[in-house]
Amino acid sequence: MRNEQAADLLFAQSRPGCRAVRMPECDVPAEAVESLLPRSALADRPPDLPELTEPDVVRHFVNLSTQNMSVDGNFYPLGSCTMKYNPKRNEALASLEGLAGLHPYQRSETIQGMLALLHSLQEMLGEIAGLDAVSLQPAAGAHGEMTALFVAAAFLRDTGQNRDVVLIPDGAHGTNPASAAMAGFRTLEVKSTAAGLVDLGDLAAKLDERTAVFMITNPNTLGLFDRQIGEIAEMVHASGGLVYLDGANMNAILGIARPGDFGADMMHFNPHKTFSGPHGGGGPGAGPIAVAGKLAPYLPAPLVAKRGDHYTLDFDRPKSIGRVRSFFGNTGVLVRTYCYLRTHGPEGLRRVAENAVLNANYLLSRVKDCLPVPHGDRCMHEFVASAQKLKAERGVTAMDVAKRLLDYGFHAPTVYFPLIVREALMIEPTETEGKATLDSFAEALQRIVAEDAGLLHDAPHTTAVCRPDEVRAARQSILKWTAPSM
Amino acid sequence: MTPEELLYRKTHEWVAVETDATGAKIATVGISAFALEALTDLVYIDLPEAGRKVSAGEPFGEVESVKAVSDLYSPVAGEIIEVNSALTDQLEGLSEDPYGKGWLVKIRISDEAALSELLDYAAYQKQCQEEMADD
Repeated sequence: MRNEQAADLLFAQSRPGCRAVRMPECDVPAEAVESLLPRSALADRPPDLPELTEPDVVRHFVNLSTQNMSVDGNFYPLGSCTMKYNPKRNEALASLEGLAGLHPYQRSETIQGMLALLHSLQEMLGEIAGLDAVSLQPAAGAHGEMTALFVAAAFLRDTGQNRDVVLIPDGAHGTNPASAAMAGFRTLEVKSTAAGLVDLGDLAAKLDERTAVFMITNPNTLGLFDRQIGEIAEMVHASGGLVYLDGANMNAILGIARPGDFGADMMHFNPHKTFSGPHGGGGPGAGPIAVAGKLAPYLPAPLVAKRGDHYTLDFDRPKSIGRVRSFFGNTGVLVRTYCYLRTHGPEGLRRVAENAVLNANYLLSRVKDCLPVPHGDRCMHEFVASAQKLKAERGVTAMDVAKRLLDYGFHAPTVYFPLIVREALMIEPTETEGKATLDSFAEALQRIVAEDAGLLHDAPHTTAVCRPDEVRAARQSILKWTAPSM
Repeated sequence: MTPEELLYRKTHEWVAVETDATGAKIATVGISAFALEALTDLVYIDLPEAGRKVSAGEPFGEVESVKAVSDLYSPVAGEIIEVNSALTDQLEGLSEDPYGKGWLVKIRISDEAALSELLDYAAYQKQCQEEMADD
C-alpha cells in the first residue's frame, strides 16, 4: 500500500483547519498590522502554508528518513567522504545545556568553558597539522580552502609579491579550483603520472614567478600517498610559492605524518569527516584551517586567546582578513571534534589512521578481482576501482553497479570521481567497520558483476524511488511546488 | 566534412579549416564522437559570445554531462565570429551529428602556429585507442 504521508509533499497533505498548536487568547490589545507596517511591506494575501497536525508532520519526516540511507543504518563506503560511525557519546556531550544552550552574545566571562574548549581545540589541531596557528571559523572544508587562500592573498599583497596563479593537480577535488577562483586567483592544472602521482616535470614547467600556491591533496583522491611531497614542497618554495594541503584525506595519516613537517604552509581539516561529526545531510560541517607562523597575522579575527587563566576573543589583529563566519564558527561540530580528539588521544588517533588504511587495503584485496583497481594493489584510506572492463564487455557501467548496491543494502561508493579514472568507483570503508561488513560488501560486488545487464541497468529495484532520469532531472528541474489548478 | 578529413586537439575538439571569400582562414570547432561517448548524457553547454578573442589552448566554454563538467579548449588563436547557439536548447544535436549540426563555434584564425600541433585522424584514433587501453 502506498504510504501517502511518506510520498506526498506536506503541501499536498494540507487540510484546512488542521494545526499542531492552538494559541491562547491574546491578552494584550491587538493592533491591526496595517497600522504597524507601511502598505509596501504588506503582502496581498497570506502565504500558502500547509495546514497539518503535529503527527502528520512527524510521520512525514520519519517516513522520509526511513527511505534514506545513513551510516547508522547501512555501510556507507562513499569515497572521499569518510563516512565513519558518529559516536553517540559525542552527541550527548555536544547536547549538554552548558554548551548547546550558550548564546553567542554572552559576555566572555560567562562562557569561559566554551572558550577554553575552543582554545584547546586550536592547539590540538595545530599539533596534528604541525603548523603554528589555527582558525576555527570556516564553516566547512571548501570554506576553509577559500579562507586559507584569502590569507595567502593577504600575505602576498602585504609582502609586495605579485603572484596570481594557483596550481592544482588534475585529480583534485573540484572545490580546489573553485576556491582559488573565488579568492581571485587564476588556476592551472598540473598533470598526474600514469602511477597517479604529481608529474614533477609538468609541475616544474608550470612553476614560475606568478605561482602563488600549489594545492595538493595527500593522500590524493586515488588513495595514494605522494612520497614526492618533500621534493614537491622544495620546488614550490624555491619558486616562491606556498604549499596548501587539502586535508580531506587526513584520516589516513593522523598521528603518523604532519602536513607542516612535509612542507605544507597551510591546510584545512574536515572535522565532520576525519573527526566523526555527523554529515551527509547537507551539514553543518566545519573547516578549521592551520597555517605557518608567517601567515598567522592574516588569519580571520577573532582567534580565541589565553591571557593568564582567562580566555578571551582576540580582535586586535590589524593584518587579519576579517571575519569569515559569524560568532565562533559551527561550534556544535567543533565540540564533537574536541570530544573525539579527547576520547582517542594521540595514540588512539594513530590507530584510527592505521585501521582506516588496513580496512581499505583488505577491501581492495577482495574487490580487485571483480573490479580492477588501475592504480595498484596498495592504497591508503581509500581506493578507486574501475568498471571500464565491465562496460566494454557487457555494457554495465559504474552507475549500474552503484545503483544495484542499494538493493543489497549498501550505500553506493562515489562514482565518476576522480575524473582521471574511467568508470570510477571510489571506495572508502573507514576504520569503524568490521571484517564481516567488508566481506559482505565484497561478496555483494562479486555477485553484482555477474548479474544480468538488463537487471543492472534498471537498478535499484527495492528502493522507494527507482532510478531517476538524470538528464531530465538536470535539464527540466522542478524546483518548487505549484498548487494544482482547481 | 567527414571525420577522416578533420584535425583534432588532444583534448578531443575537432577542427575544420576553410578559407572564406576574403582569404581569411576560418576554423569550425566541435567535439569528437569519441569524447561525446565518454561524456555520456549531456545536460548543459556554455558557449561564448561572438566577438570574443581566444588564444590556442584557452578554454572558450564548457560542457556538462551527468558525470562531470569539462572545459572546451580552443584549438587555434583568433576571434570567435559565429556561435551555434541553437545547441543550448538542442543538445541532442551534438550527440546525433557531432561533425555536422553539432559544430560549436567558428573562429577567424589570427595565428596559424597552433595548427601544426593538431593531430590528423589516424593520430587521433591512435590516441583514443591508447586512452581506452589505459584502463
